[in-house]
Parts: sequence; C-alpha cells; structure tokens
Amino acid sequence: MIEISNLCKSFENNIIFSNLDLTVKEGETMVIIGRSGAGKSVLLKCIVGLMSPDAGSIKIRGEEVTTLEEKEYNKIRMDMGMVFQGGALFDSMNVEENVAFVLNEFMNLDPSIVRDKVRDSLLLVGLQDIEKMMPAELSGGMKKRVSLARVLCMEPKIIFYDEPTTGVDPITADAINNLIVDLSKKLNVTSIVVTHDMNSAYKVANSIAMFYHGQIIAQGTVDEIRHTKHPVIRQFISGDARGPITDGENLVFGHAE
Amino acid sequence: MSRLFIYSSTAIFNFVCNVGDMSILLGKTIYWVFMPPLKMQRILIQSKKVGPDSFMISALIAFFIGVIMSLQMAGQMTKLSAEIYIPSVVSVSLTRELAPVLTALIVAGRVGAGITAELGTMTVTEQVEALKAFAVNPIKYLVVPRFLALIVMLPVLAIFADIIGILGGFVICVNKLGLSPSLYFTMIIQSLTVKDIVTGLIKTFFFGGIIALVGCHQGLNVKAGAEGVGKATTASVVISFILIIMADCIFTTMFYFVFDV
Repeated sequence: MIEISNLCKSFENNIIFSNLDLTVKEGETMVIIGRSGAGKSVLLKCIVGLMSPDAGSIKIRGEEVTTLEEKEYNKIRMDMGMVFQGGALFDSMNVEENVAFVLNEFMNLDPSIVRDKVRDSLLLVGLQDIEKMMPAELSGGMKKRVSLARVLCMEPKIIFYDEPTTGVDPITADAINNLIVDLSKKLNVTSIVVTHDMNSAYKVANSIAMFYHGQIIAQGTVDEIRHTKHPVIRQFISGDARGPITDGENLVFGHAE
Repeated sequence: MSRLFIYSSTAIFNFVCNVGDMSILLGKTIYWVFMPPLKMQRILIQSKKVGPDSFMISALIAFFIGVIMSLQMAGQMTKLSAEIYIPSVVSVSLTRELAPVLTALIVAGRVGAGITAELGTMTVTEQVEALKAFAVNPIKYLVVPRFLALIVMLPVLAIFADIIGILGGFVICVNKLGLSPSLYFTMIIQSLTVKDIVTGLIKTFFFGGIIALVGCHQGLNVKAGAEGVGKATTASVVISFILIIMADCIFTTMFYFVFDV
C-alpha cells in the first residue's frame, strides 16, 4: 500500500532522516514511535506531499508520488486524510463548515445531504449538536475529534494521524484510540499513526516502527516491540530518563549529571 | 560604519528577495485567477472587508485632507487674490495623487496587515498545510479572492475618497473663504479632466495588487509562531508602504514623460 525506500530529508545541515525504508500494508495500522522533534511528522508530511523529500522513493498503491505534479498528487490526496497535531481546523469556519469542507469544495451535493454526512461523521467521533460552534469554543480533544470527522467525511482509504492523543486527557485519549481501532476495523482504512504515547501505540497498532536518528531501527508487532531487548527501544517504551537515547545529553530533564 | 553597511546591504538584499518572491506569487495568482471554478462568495467576503469595512476610515481621512489642503492654501492664495483656484488645486491633487495614495496606505495598514496576520496564523497552526492535504491549492483558496477583492475595491474606495476630499475642500472654501457653492463646483468641473481621475484610478488598481501580494506573501511565509506572525505583519505594512510609494513614483513619471498626462 505504502512503500518508502531510501528516503532522505534534511533542513540545511540538520539531517532529519537518511535512507529510510518503511512498508505499510493495506488495512494495517502502523504506529511510528520516536522522541519529540525526531522528524516523525516530517515523514508524514513527505508522504502526504506537504514537504518534498531530498531523495528516495514513496510509492502509494504502487504509484511513485515523489515525482508527481501537484494536480496528479491531488487525485491521490482525495483518498487520504490527515489528522493534524493541533487539529488544524479552519478557525474562520464553524464545525459544520469545517467537517463539510471537502464536500463543499469538490462535490456539488444538496445541502441536506451535506448536513446528514456532517452529522454522521460527528456521531462517528462521538460528537453531536456542536455544528454551529466555532473551533475557538472547542476543547483540545474535541478539536482533534472534529478534525477526524472532517477526514471521515472524505471517506478516505488512508488516514494519517499526527500525535492524535497528545495534549488530551487520558480518558479522551482512550476514546480517540478506540476510534482509530474502530475505523480501521469498520472501514478497513490503512492508517499511519505518529505518536510517542506508548499506551496509544499498544492499543491501536498492528505494527510498530521505532524512529531513531533518522532511521527506522526496528519494526514489529505490538508484542515484539513490547518484549524487545533492543536497549534504545527499551528505554523509549519504559520512559527512562537515563539510557542509550540520552547518553550524549548533558542534562536529563533539568538535572545536571 | 561597517556594521551599518552590513545592516543596510542585508536589508536591501532581503527587500529584493521579497520582491522576487512576490513576482513569482503574482504569476501563480494570475494563473489561478483564470483556472475555474472561481467561487464568488469568497471574493465577496474579502471585498466586504476591503470596501465597506474600510470605507469610514478612508472617507474620514480624505475629508480631512480636503480640509487641510484648502486651509494650507488659503493663506497664500488669499494674498494673491487667487483663492478662486483653490477648488481646482484641491480636486486635481486629490484625484491624481492624494486620494489614491492615501487610500492605498490606509488599506495597506488596515487590510494588508490583517491579511498577513490571518494567513500567518493559518500557517503556524497548520491550516495552510491542511488545505494542501485536502487537495486545495492555498493560492487559489486564499490569495486569489484577496487579490481580486483588493484590485476591484481599492479603486472604488479611491473614487469615494476623491468625492469626499473635494467635499472637505468645499466646507472650507464656502464657509471660510466665501466662495459660492456653485462657483466651487464650476471651478472643479472646468479644471478637472477625465485623465486626472483615470490616472489616479489606474494607480489604485496596481496598489491593490501590491497590498494583496505583500500581505499574502508575508502571511504564507511566517515562521516561528506568534512572534513570527507579529514580525511578518510589521514587515507587510513596511514593504507595502515602500512599494506603494515606489510604484506611485514610477507611474507618475511614466504618465508625465511617456503619456504626457
């Protein structure tokens, strides 16, 4: 479904990833874990075409997308949805207009059909009667769910989640996790979830990939990752401040060594 | 001295880069103007922000400029017993120069800065990336409606500024200098030609384009969060002001030397 090979990206002298390989199968939920600022979101943006990789290949359903013109890429994007870290709701529009955005832009549907689709999408994410609210009136968790409803309205085949549970309370985080699992099962969507929340990763993943120093250093099932002996992954999943990941750092969470 | 040189050359280099980037943005904007569909509702929303919402402030400024010009000239012209020519000078100065430039500067400060702040916030909160992710071109969606609204509405505002500025002059000439209302308007009709009005309006068409392009370019290239939005908004106003005055100088020279108007 998505095949990434030898992908390289850097910003000036800062190498984000080099020769990165990753394969996501159809219908699979792949969770990419890694430290904040490691470049996981950049990877997602390269796949969606929001950033251009410096080198390498990204194939979506067998089609090489890195060399596509914007117009051709847009046809593929119509089958993809991205849930942004902060929701990225359009703040000049109310919830209904946000969720109906793609329908209003690309489909000439009857307003009553659009309203029904918006209501159904909001119900899928556990929200109702908020259609007329503005994004500024929503909590962080609600914004993420509306953002997901906006994606669901497109009926995508692939959904990208950029830290879907960051900044929300544990209960809402669990609700979002359940939602990702449900969508994967009910709609058979292929998902790539970028997160550093291990509870979320264990709950939603079919497969977990660890992103470290610009490479996928390990990929496996939830059990394989949970019971790995790889010291970097062990430190990350256990959340220890000391270990191979933080070896070169003089300060560990504010305490001088 | 060397620090001043480095600072000045960096500022000039950045300014030239900005103008280059904006030329590319202009090319893309013109391309997307002619690519259907063109959603009128979006253009009308932006036109309202530029036109009706900016009308009061531009009208107020134009009125006071008319008043100030008449008062400034009153002293000198009265000494020469030439106060009868004040309406002519006021109307020609306003239509050719003052109303277009001042209206453009007001709109650059009010609307241009607003465009940068809005698009800048959209950029830092990933809304612009969300547009791209939904297969919507940000230039088509964000820049084109603002560009069209400004190039259409700025000339309209300038026409109103012309009229209201002339009324400002009317208040002083009739009440302080004792000119009769009919004489005031007769002098204006005799001296004001169509080319005075048209040259002023041609400028506003381009000023509108400058404001839109600078505002959108700065907004879409914001970096570094809220501070970046603030810096971009300031830069937007400064660059717009410089480009408007430069463009005015170029147009005035061109009209004078090439078209002899």
